[in-house]
Amino acid sequence: MSKKVMVSFKLNGTQTDVVVEPRELLIHTLREKCLHTGPHIGCETSHCGACTVDVNGMSVKSCTFLTVQADEAELLTVEGLAKGGELHALQEGFMQEHGLQCGFCTPGMLTRAYRLLQENPSPSEEEIRYWMAGNLCRCTGYQNIVKAVQYAAAKLRGEAVQTSHPLMAEASAH
Amino acid sequence: MIPRPFEYHAPRSLSEALSLLNEHGETAKLLAGGHSLLPMMKLRFAEPGHLIDLGKLPELKGIREVGNEIRIGAMTTENELIWSTVLQEKCPLLVEGARQISDPQVRYRGTIGGDISHGDPGNDHPALMIALDASFVLAGEHGERVVPADGFFLGTYMTQLEAGEIMTGIRIPVPAPGSGYCYAKLKRKTGDFATAATAVTLRLQGGNVSDVRIALTNVGQTALRATDAEQSLLGKPLDEAAIDAAARLAMGICEPAEDLRGDIEYKTAMAGEMTRRALRTSLTRARQ
Repeated sequence: MSKKVMVSFKLNGTQTDVVVEPRELLIHTLREKCLHTGPHIGCETSHCGACTVDVNGMSVKSCTFLTVQADEAELLTVEGLAKGGELHALQEGFMQEHGLQCGFCTPGMLTRAYRLLQENPSPSEEEIRYWMAGNLCRCTGYQNIVKAVQYAAAKLRGEAVQTSHPLMAEASAH
Repeated sequence: MIPRPFEYHAPRSLSEALSLLNEHGETAKLLAGGHSLLPMMKLRFAEPGHLIDLGKLPELKGIREVGNEIRIGAMTTENELIWSTVLQEKCPLLVEGARQISDPQVRYRGTIGGDISHGDPGNDHPALMIALDASFVLAGEHGERVVPADGFFLGTYMTQLEAGEIMTGIRIPVPAPGSGYCYAKLKRKTGDFATAATAVTLRLQGGNVSDVRIALTNVGQTALRATDAEQSLLGKPLDEAAIDAAARLAMGICEPAEDLRGDIEYKTAMAGEMTRRALRTSLTRARQ
């Protein structure tokens, strides 16, 4: 057991202090100490991206990042996306476009897509697939995730949005 | 998933980092982007007693053009390479290579210096650096030395980097305008290490190859420079027969390890095919 250290960061806008062993991974601190259990753990080889959070404006796999490295950082997790009970455009897009099923990859998908749309507000389908390649999904086959990101991108650009789901489109026509 | 306990150090200057490294000797490891080291520690392949985090040394970051050289700080991330206008304009091979490394999250953290220092034959920068004729700046407590990429890689996870040294920067001669280039990488999926890959830079004069460098990824104990293949092309037009002859010479130096990416024969054949493709693409990009 090595000496514990205090680490301070901003988590979804709230100043947060934790005491951790240097070896503690950020994903464990977020889930077990901060009780932000949206970010998930899907592997131990840094592939799946289920643990993705935003650290100082970068998408980071929090399973491959020590909590001590987050000292003085600004962190955003899926819990910080909605504002005043209003879903973020991405959350709405994933719902409207059926971009999730079991929901296990979704927090990581959402935080990664959040940073992607900050950097590229109008990504092509190919760009969405390329820049989301660090996030695996077992359920959706990715097709609807692409649509969900496109939906959110359009909404964030201030354009009218409409779900591509045939039944929903039919319902809104009546 | 759970690394062994260690002490963490976050030096604020290079001299502090060097003295920590010397103080703790072989029990210490440098922490750069952490996307090779932490995975190994999580699987307990590596169990350092001290981690020295280089993340708070701004002097190890950045991309600058100095005279005829591009100088890249060792802690510059893959993502920063991709978006660098200097590299996009002057050294597009490095951008093309970085875009094929791992995935977005990893590229926000992983650094060029870490990719090179790790000495993994699966990494992409070693071959890219050999093709670009790069040199590495290695700092120790008694000063720095500059070592060429060609010859730096000694074995799997072994380089000329000595105990007590920190790679601080990468120096790349600015490729001549009109140079052809390509990094052709075969992989099972986005984010995987190469089954085989080839980096090429070349120049043409009067329709003939006047300068060429060819380096291979993940088909030997280290990245390999294919010197015989280079020699076979010099002074000749880059036609299909010449390309095929060079690819066969490149295949002749391959000694790949058999694993889930394929057996020796397959990887060797793919190194040849990546060499053909990299040479063809370099030809289409080269100007006289």
